[in-house]
Amino acid sequence: MSEQSQPVPHQSDEQSTVNGLQRTNASRSKQRIGVAFEFACRMSTWFSVAVLVVLLAGLIWKSWGWLDADFLTNFDSRHPGEAGIWAGIWGSVWLMFFTMLFSVPIGIGAAIYLEEYAPPTRLTRFIQINLSNLAGVPSIVYGILGLTTFVRMFGAFGANQKVLAISLGFGNLRIPLPLDRTVLSAALTLSLLIMPVVIVAAQEALRAVPGSIRHGSFALGATKWQTIRHQVLPASLPGILTGVILAVSRAIGETAPLLMVGAFMFVTSTPGGIQNPVDLLTNPQGVLDAPFEPFTAIPIQILNWVQHHKHEFEHVAAAGIIVLLVVLLVMNASAVLLRNRYQSKVRW
Amino acid sequence: MSMSFAEIVEQRQGGSVAVSAGVIPAIKLSTKNLSFFYGETQALFEVTIDIPARNVTALIGPSGCGKSTFLRTLNRMNDIIEGTRHTGTVWLEGADIHDKRVDVVALRKRVGMVFQKSTPFPKSIFDNIAYGPRIAGEKRKKVLAEIVESCLKRAALWDEVSNRLKESALSLSGGQQQRLCIARSLATDPEVLLMDEPASALDPASTARIEDLIFELKENYTIVIVTHNMQQAARVSDSTGFFFQGQLIEMGSTLNVFRRPKEQATEDYITGRFG
Repeated sequence: MSEQSQPVPHQSDEQSTVNGLQRTNASRSKQRIGVAFEFACRMSTWFSVAVLVVLLAGLIWKSWGWLDADFLTNFDSRHPGEAGIWAGIWGSVWLMFFTMLFSVPIGIGAAIYLEEYAPPTRLTRFIQINLSNLAGVPSIVYGILGLTTFVRMFGAFGANQKVLAISLGFGNLRIPLPLDRTVLSAALTLSLLIMPVVIVAAQEALRAVPGSIRHGSFALGATKWQTIRHQVLPASLPGILTGVILAVSRAIGETAPLLMVGAFMFVTSTPGGIQNPVDLLTNPQGVLDAPFEPFTAIPIQILNWVQHHKHEFEHVAAAGIIVLLVVLLVMNASAVLLRNRYQSKVRW
Repeated sequence: MSMSFAEIVEQRQGGSVAVSAGVIPAIKLSTKNLSFFYGETQALFEVTIDIPARNVTALIGPSGCGKSTFLRTLNRMNDIIEGTRHTGTVWLEGADIHDKRVDVVALRKRVGMVFQKSTPFPKSIFDNIAYGPRIAGEKRKKVLAEIVESCLKRAALWDEVSNRLKESALSLSGGQQQRLCIARSLATDPEVLLMDEPASALDPASTARIEDLIFELKENYTIVIVTHNMQQAARVSDSTGFFFQGQLIEMGSTLNVFRRPKEQATEDYITGRFG
C-alpha cells in the first residue's frame, strides 16, 4: 500500500518536530479502514473471476472429447455419442434474425420519438418509467404473454388451425392462424422481451449526441427530420447497435420464454429444411416456410440434455454450453469492436 | 494595450467612419419592442434596434445581459427551446419573421449562425460544408464541390485543408474548426451571419484570423456579432449596441459608443467599472 509513507529521514537533531504532522491514533485507524476497504473490493473482484474460471474449467473438462465437428453438425439423438446441436444452431439463428427484424425498427422508432419528439408531459414520463420497469420483468412473464398472444392468439380462431396462403410467385407464404408453436411466435415473444432494453439503450445513445450538433444543423436550415436522419442517427448508431447486440445476446440465451411458447426439446430438422447458407438462395419455399415451422434452440437443447436420465448426456450438455458461450462471446466482442471502431471516428 | 477603445476604432478606420460620411446604410434587420421570456423569466425588455446591411454590428454587455438571447431570436433558434415566448416584432428586410406564412427553414438559410463553441459535424470536411446545400436538395457533385471550394476560400481555410477534404472535420484545430463552421454557414448562401462569441474559445492568433475574416465578409454579408471582448468589438464592428439587464441601453456607431457614450451605464461598462 503506497499510502503507508515512511517518516522522511531528517538530518537534524532529536529536537526537530514534525509540527503537528505526526501520526495520531485517529489517523492510523482511518488508514486502516482504507486498507481494509481496498482489500474487500479486491476480494469481490477476484471472487467473481474465480467463479468464472472454475465454471469454465469444469465445462471444458466435461466436454473434452465431446465437442467436435460431428457435435456441431449432427441432429439430436438418443445416443449420447451421436447427439448434436445442428437443429439448435439453426433454430437460434432464425430466432435471432426475426427477433432483430421486429425489435430493432420498433425499438429505435420508439426511442427517437421519446427523445426527439415527445412533449415532456406526464404521459411521456409515465411511458418512460414503464419502459424501465418492463426491462426488469422476468422473462417467464413474457413467455406467458407470448403463449396467449401469438401461439394461441387468444383462441380467436377456435380449435382448428387455419392456414392463410399467399402466393408470391417464387413460393407460397403459408401463415398458420393462430401462429402456434413456431419460430415466429417465439421470435415475437423474444422481441417483446428485449424491446424495452433496446429502447432504453437507443435513448441513451441519442441523448449522448450533443445538442450543439442539432443546433448546428437547425441553423443551416435543416428540418427536424433532416437533422435526425443526417446528424443524430448516424452519430448515435454505434451506441444503438451496441445496445441491440447486447440485447439480442441476452435473448439468445433465454430458455424460459421459449419453453412457454413451446420450443421442441427433440427436433431432427431445421426450420424450412435449410441446412446451409446456400439453401437460403436456392430454396425460396424453405425460406418462406421457416418462420412457421416448429423449432428448437441452443439453450433448449442444453436443458434437454441436462435433464436426460442417461449419464453421458452431461458431457453433451457441457459441449452445448460451450457452443452457447462462444456465440455470446462473439456477439459481445463484436459489440465492443463496433463501439471502439466508431468511437475513434466520432468524438466531440 | 494601453490604447483606449476609441483609439482602436479611430486607428482602424483612419477617421473615415461610416457615419461621418453621411451615408445611411440600408436596414437589414430590425426589431420593435421585442421582449423574450424563458418560462416566467423575462430575458429581453422591449428591444428596438435597426441593424444596417453589409455592416458589422457588435452586441456587447456583461454576461447574462440577453445579448445572446437577442441574437438567437433573429433566426428563431430560440423556437427550439421549450417553454419560451416573445412579444414584439422582428423584420428581415421589412418581412415579419414570425409571420405564420414564414418558413423557419427558409429563414435560417438566409440568416446563418456561427456558435460560440465550434460545432463541426462528425463527418468529413467536405461533407460539413456540403451539408447545407445537400439538405436544400443539391445533389450534383460538381456544384457541391464548387460550393465547398468557394466557401472554404471565403473563410480563409482552403489553403490549409484543400488536400484533406475527406478527413474528419474533428481532426482540425480549434481555430480551423471555427472557420469551418463559418464556411459551413456561408454554404447556404445567407445574407446575414449571426455570430455568438465566435472567438471566445480561441487563442489570440486564431482570434485575429477570425476577426480579419469578419472584416472581409462584411463586403457581402450583414454581420451581427455578440462579444464580451470590447477590444474585439472596437476592432471589427461599425456599429455597437450595449445590452444591460435585458435592455438595449445604447446603440450607435462604434466610434461614438466608445468615445462618447450617451448613457452612464455604457460608460461604466466600457471603462471597466463593472462587468
